[in-house]
Amino acid sequence: MTPRKDLLDIASLTDEEIQFVLDNAVPFKDLFKRSVKKVPTLKGQTVLPLFYEASTRTRSSFEVAATRLSADIIQFDVDSSSVTKGESVLDTVETLEAMKVDYIVVRHKQSGIPNLIARNTRASVINAGDGFHAHPTQALLDAFTIKETVSSVIGRKVVIVGDIKHSRVARSTSLILRRLGMKVAYLAPGSLMPRDVPDEVKVLNTWDELWAWQPEIIYLLRVQMERQREPFFPSVSEYHKVYGMTDDRLARARAEGLYVMHPGPVNRGVELTDNVMTYERSLINQQVENGIAVRMSVLYWLRPGAGVEA
Amino acid sequence: MPETSSRPLLDPAEMASCIERLAKEICESHRGSKQLALVGVHKRGVPLAQRIAAAMKAMPCAEVQLGTIDITQYRDDLKQMKSLPKLEGSDIAFDVNDTHVVICDEVLYTGRTVRAALDELLDHGRPARVQLAVLVERPGREFPIQPDYVGIHAEASTEERVCVRFAEVDGRDQVYIQPSNLKDA
Repeated sequence: MTPRKDLLDIASLTDEEIQFVLDNAVPFKDLFKRSVKKVPTLKGQTVLPLFYEASTRTRSSFEVAATRLSADIIQFDVDSSSVTKGESVLDTVETLEAMKVDYIVVRHKQSGIPNLIARNTRASVINAGDGFHAHPTQALLDAFTIKETVSSVIGRKVVIVGDIKHSRVARSTSLILRRLGMKVAYLAPGSLMPRDVPDEVKVLNTWDELWAWQPEIIYLLRVQMERQREPFFPSVSEYHKVYGMTDDRLARARAEGLYVMHPGPVNRGVELTDNVMTYERSLINQQVENGIAVRMSVLYWLRPGAGVEA
Repeated sequence: MPETSSRPLLDPAEMASCIERLAKEICESHRGSKQLALVGVHKRGVPLAQRIAAAMKAMPCAEVQLGTIDITQYRDDLKQMKSLPKLEGSDIAFDVNDTHVVICDEVLYTGRTVRAALDELLDHGRPARVQLAVLVERPGREFPIQPDYVGIHAEASTEERVCVRFAEVDGRDQVYIQPSNLKDA
């Protein structure tokens, strides 16, 4: 497979590239069982997480992935750096370029910032979430987790529940699952359902409709309080009752043998009950572990300066 | 014959007798070894190790473990490769510590693959001893690496490539030499 410079979204990947990243994640995951959990793949290369938006999980997942590939990680704290003094994103990128950083992992609340950075640096840029646009490594790890769990993914039904409208996870994950031949449905309050739902995606309005659709995997989204300028639903307890995975719904999911996924971090008592965390078919911890393997696979594939004239 | 310009080195029967001899030699020099393992380097070192191990089963020798190594992550030219290989992963299920390990590869040429395999092997533990078995040894070493067990020595120039084919991977058993600018048959 030809190396690429950047990973900005799922839409720009070919089917072969998606398959390549997912297949290679398998041996990377096997590495975790070894006593030396490290390979020299990125020895001498530097990876810099550039997080304009708070994140603990994704950031540390990338850092663990980079460490296991023997890369050096440069900490760049946007809060205390000159970014807060009004330095523009491109000024920062110019600085990083001069520092000869090889991989930049970007998260930004504004869609399109990773693309902008990618066009202005020789370094490989990985989008770790931009606005409502995309979160490609989350989508890849979700797809990997499902592939690892069910024997064949073709025709499998996955329902995504929650704040679809403000979710880059929903956007990227929904796309990759459909690309892999799975069927996707959305369940969301009307105010949190996007206006541009793709034709192939089934729109559900209630949990009764959800059960009737007979999904095999229920993917719960995090209710993103911080993204809502005005409330989209009356109250948290109301949301839980109407759209959340309550104890009763968990009991039914258990009876039907359904899997539950969540991108984390979870709001207990909002999109899901505490008991989901100990549910035997919860894939949530598996998603975290797989996130590292998939990000290693992405770092293995990307190459700084690939396709750029020297 | 796959290409008119290629010259044959071993036919299937000769390959089998080379492998038989490799098995015998490994067997004999490991009479006292308590833990013995053969590790095949992807891709064609893997069937080689399997066949040597199968031949050893029929001989009076120590029990032998099998493993595989994918050296991709340890290559010294990974950053220069135009196309990245799909990873096969390494499968070393036995405890490498204090084990006598024989690395198996189909051709020994520059020695770079063996260097990478050694580095990876050492990340799995501390073997008692490491040796190298190859089906074909040819000139062109770029590292101070020599084989302990050799199926056949072949004279090949830098413009030539030694091709080993295994039924398990390629559908046929064969060893031949062809110009290195020719595409794989």
